[in-house]
Amino acid sequence: MDVMKKVPVREQDPNVRNKNFDEVCLGYNLEEAKAEASRCLNCKNARCIQGCPVSINIPKFIAEVKEGNIAEAYNVISESSALPAVCGRVCPQESQCEGVCVRGIKGESVSIGKLERFVADWARENGITPKGADKKNGKKVAVIGSGPSGLTCAGDLAKLGYDVTIFEALHEAGGVLVYGIPEFRLPKQTVVAAEVENVKKLGVKIETNVVIGRSMTIDQLLNDEGFDAVYIGSGAGLPRFMGIPGENANEVFSANEYLTRSNLMKAFDDEYDTPIARFKKVAVVGGGNVAMDAARTALRLGAEVHVIYRRSLEELPARAEEVHHAKEEGIIFDLLQNPTEILTDDKGNVTGIKVIKMELGEPDESGRRRPIEIPGSEYEMDVDAVIMSLGTSPNPLISSTTKGLEINKRKCIVAEEETGKTSKTAVYAGGDAVTGAATVILAMGAGKAGAKGIHEFLSNN
Amino acid sequence: MYKILKAENIADKIYLMDVEAPRVASHCEPGQFVIVKMDEKGERIPLTICDYDREKGTITIVFQTVGASTEKMAKLKAGDSFQDFVGPLGRPSEMVEEDLEELKKKKIVFVAGGVGTAPVFPQVKWLYAHGIECDVIVGAKNKDLIILEDELRAIAGDNLYITTDDGSYVRKGMGTDVLKDLVNNQGKKYDRCIAIGPLIMMKFVCLLTKELGIPTIVSMNPIMVDGTGMCGACRLQVGDEIKFACVDGPEFDGHLVDFDQAMKRQQTYKTEEGRAMLKLQEGDTHHGGCGNCGND
Ligand SMILES: Cc1cc2nc3c(=O)[nH]c(=O)nc-3n(C[C@H](O)[C@H](O)[C@H](O)COP(=O)(O)OP(=O)(O)OC[C@H]3O[C@@H](n4cnc5c(N)ncnc54)[C@H](O)[C@@H]3O)c2cc1C
Ligand SMILES: Cc1cc2nc3c(=O)[nH]c(=O)nc-3n(C[C@H](O)[C@H](O)[C@H](O)COP(=O)(O)OP(=O)(O)OC[C@H]3O[C@@H](n4cnc5c(N)ncnc54)[C@H](O)[C@@H]3O)c2cc1C
Ligand code: SF4
Ligand code: SF4
Ligand code: FES
Ligand SMILES: [Mg+2]
Repeated sequence: MDVMKKVPVREQDPNVRNKNFDEVCLGYNLEEAKAEASRCLNCKNARCIQGCPVSINIPKFIAEVKEGNIAEAYNVISESSALPAVCGRVCPQESQCEGVCVRGIKGESVSIGKLERFVADWARENGITPKGADKKNGKKVAVIGSGPSGLTCAGDLAKLGYDVTIFEALHEAGGVLVYGIPEFRLPKQTVVAAEVENVKKLGVKIETNVVIGRSMTIDQLLNDEGFDAVYIGSGAGLPRFMGIPGENANEVFSANEYLTRSNLMKAFDDEYDTPIARFKKVAVVGGGNVAMDAARTALRLGAEVHVIYRRSLEELPARAEEVHHAKEEGIIFDLLQNPTEILTDDKGNVTGIKVIKMELGEPDESGRRRPIEIPGSEYEMDVDAVIMSLGTSPNPLISSTTKGLEINKRKCIVAEEETGKTSKTAVYAGGDAVTGAATVILAMGAGKAGAKGIHEFLSNN
Repeated sequence: MYKILKAENIADKIYLMDVEAPRVASHCEPGQFVIVKMDEKGERIPLTICDYDREKGTITIVFQTVGASTEKMAKLKAGDSFQDFVGPLGRPSEMVEEDLEELKKKKIVFVAGGVGTAPVFPQVKWLYAHGIECDVIVGAKNKDLIILEDELRAIAGDNLYITTDDGSYVRKGMGTDVLKDLVNNQGKKYDRCIAIGPLIMMKFVCLLTKELGIPTIVSMNPIMVDGTGMCGACRLQVGDEIKFACVDGPEFDGHLVDFDQAMKRQQTYKTEEGRAMLKLQEGDTHHGGCGNCGND
C-alpha cells in the first residue's frame, strides 16, 4: 500500500451508473477503513479539526477506526455532528477538513469524509442510535423546516429536555436532502430517512404539510400554540432565473423543479404518478453542486447533457468529486460560455439556446476573475430543454408575514452567528435562511448554535 | 392522513369532497388553495378551497376529472383518506384584506366558467356574509356541467345569472355574452370583475372588460409542484414581471396576464400526462405500441 495515496473507494462503473439512480460511491468496508485510518498521523495540533465547521475530533475518531472500535468512533463523531452519514457523503471535504490535512502536503489527504461515512453507516446497520433526554423540562420550541439546520437544532434541544415540534411545508422531512440532492449521491431511504428517524427517536415531533406564513404565522406559534421559542431553518429555496428572452418557454426548468420531480416525487420511477419529461439534449446553466445534480439526473434519464458555465474549470463551485464523477459519466462541459437567449417554436417548446463565449478579465469583489463577453462569438446549440441552475435565495414567505423580523438586502434573515438570535424576541434562525445557499455542514453548525441560543434564552426566562 | 367525510359526484365528471384538515380550515380565506396527494406514489394536485367549516375543521374541494390523477381521486369514497393535504396556499382574495367600507361602495361581478364556479363560491359567500351584494354569472358547456347552482342561488338570489354554451339550460351563450348584455342593455355598472375558469375563457373575459373599462381579477392555475415558491414551475408573465402563482397569486390583474404564454406552458407535460392516462385506462392490458411508453 502506498501511504501517500488514499485507499481507493469502490464505485459503480461510470458506464453502468450513468443509466441508474443507485448510489455511485459504494464506501469502504472494515478492512479498507482500517487501512485508510492507519494513514492518519494523529497530529497533536490537528489542522483537520479547524477545517471542520463543527469541529469533529477527527484524529480521535480515526484512531478508534484503526483499532476497529467503530461504536466508539461513532460516539466521538456524535459529540459534534448529528448527520454524519450525510456529511460524510456531501461535505466539500477538499475545501474543509481534508483541504488542510497534513497528509495532503506531500501526498493525498486522509479520506476523512469516507471514514466518517463508514462509521455512520456501520452504526446505522448495527442499530446504534443517539440517546434522548431522561427528563423533559416542560418548555416548547417550534422549529420551522426539516432540513439539516432544523433537524440539528431540534435534536440538540430535545437532548436538553425540550418538547420540540418541527413544522415542514413539504410532505416529507429532510429539506434539500430529500428534494434536491439525488438518490445516486444520497440514498433517501437508507440514509436520509434513517437520520430523520434518529431525530424522532430523541422525542422530536415532525408535522409535515404545514407552511409557516400560510398555515400559521410565527406570532400564532408563539401566542396561540404555546411555543416558548421558534427556530427558523427554512432554507434558501427560491430559484433565480436569468431574465433572458425565451426563459418562460415550456421546457425551461429551474433545477429545483427538475430535481424535486425526480427526487422528492420520484418521477424517474415509472411507478410514481408525477411526470418528468425525457429529453435528447439538455443544456444545464450554472456550475454549482445543483447544476451537477441536475445534469447527472438528465443524463440518467437518457439525455446528452451540456453544462454551460461562464467561468473556467478552476472556478467551478461544485465539489471536486461531483465534477470528476460528472465527467466520468459523460457530461459535456461548455466552459467560458453564457446563454443570451432561449429559442422556441410557435408552441412555446424549446428548440435551442443561443450562447456567447467569454474570457476572463480582472478579478471582481469575490476575488475570482470576471468573465467578459467576446463580441461576435455567439452561436446556437440545438437543445430540447434547458435547466437553470443559477442559485437560490431565501423564500420571502416567512419574512413577509412576520412583523419585526429583520432581513438584509439579499433577503436573508439577520441573525447572530453564535446564538442564532434575530431581531424578534424568542425567534432564532440559521442555515441557508440566514447565510443564503451554503452547505449542509454550515446549516448544521447554525442549528447547533441556535439550540444553544434558545437554551440560554429559555433558561433565563 | 386526512379523512374524506363526504364524496359526491355532483355533475358530469365533477366531484365534491369534504376533507378533515383542521389546521387548514382554521386559517384559510377565500381565494386560497390546497395541494393534495393521494398516496405514496401520487402527484401533488393543487385545488382551490371551495368552502370551509372552521368549527368542524373541514375543507370542501371540487374537482373535474381531466387526467390520470384526478381519475384516481374520483374513486375515493367517504371514509378514505388523502395521505397529504397542505394549505392554505396562495394569497387570500384582495377583498379579504380591503377596507370593508370602501369595498361596500364597489359593484362587483363574478364570471365563473365550469369548475371555476367552485373557487367563485367562497368569495360570493364571503361578500354576502359581510353585507355586500354582487352579481354572479355562471357559464358552462351544457346543463350537466352547471354546479353549485342551488348553493349560489341561496346566497345571491336573483343576482345569479346562468348560461350554457349550447343553450341546454336557461339561456344560450357564453359568460361574456351575459356580461355584455348586463352592461350594455341592462344599465349595470361594475367597478370590478372577478373571472375564474379555463384560461381561454378568462382571456376572453379580460378582452371584453378591457373594452368596457372594468378592472378584472383572474385566478391562475398553472402547473405546480411544491406550491411554496420553491420550484418556479408556476411562473407567469404579468406585465413586465415574472410572478410565481403559488405565492404571489393565484389571483392577478387579468389585464396584465400573458394568457397566450400561460396556455402554452400548460401543455408542458402533455405527452407524459397522455401516457399516464393510457396506463391507467388500459392497466395491465397495455403492452406497448402507443408510441409513447417506450415498449413498442
Ligand atoms: C441540488 C443541491 C445540491 C446540493 N449539494 C450539496 C453538497 O453536495 N454539499 C453540501 O454541503 N451542500 C449541498 N447543497 C446545499 C445544502 O443542501 C444546503 O445548504 C442545506 O440543505 C441547507 O440546509 P437548511 O436546513 O438551512 O435548509 P434546507 O435544506 O433548504 O431545508 C429547509 C426546509 O424548510 C422547509 N420550509 C421552507 N419554508 C417553510 C415554511 N414557510 N414553513 C415550513 N417549512 C418551510 C423547506 O421545505 C425545507 O424542507 C446542495 C443544495 C442543492 C439544492
Ligand atoms: C391554484 C390552482 C387551483 C386549482 N383548482 C382546481 C379546482 O378547484 N378544481 C379542479 O378541478 N382543478 C383545479 N386545478 C387544476 C388541477 O390541479 C388539475 O386539473 C390537475 O392537477 C390535473 O391532474 P391530472 O393528473 O388528473 O391531469 P393531467 O392529465 O396530468 O393534466 C391535465 C391538465 O391539468 C393541468 N395540470 C396537470 N398537472 C398539474 C399540476 N401539478 N398543477 C396544476 N395543473 C396541472 C395541465 O394543464 C394539464 O394539461 C387547479 C390548479 C391550480 C394551479
Ligand atoms: S463534517 Fe464535513 S468537514 Fe467535518 S469532518 Fe465530516 S466531512 Fe469533514
Ligand atoms: S490533519 Fe490529517 S493526518 Fe493529521 S490528524 Fe487530521 S486527518 Fe490525521
Ligand atoms: S409551484 Fe413551485 S414555485 Fe409555485
Ligand atoms: Mg397528472
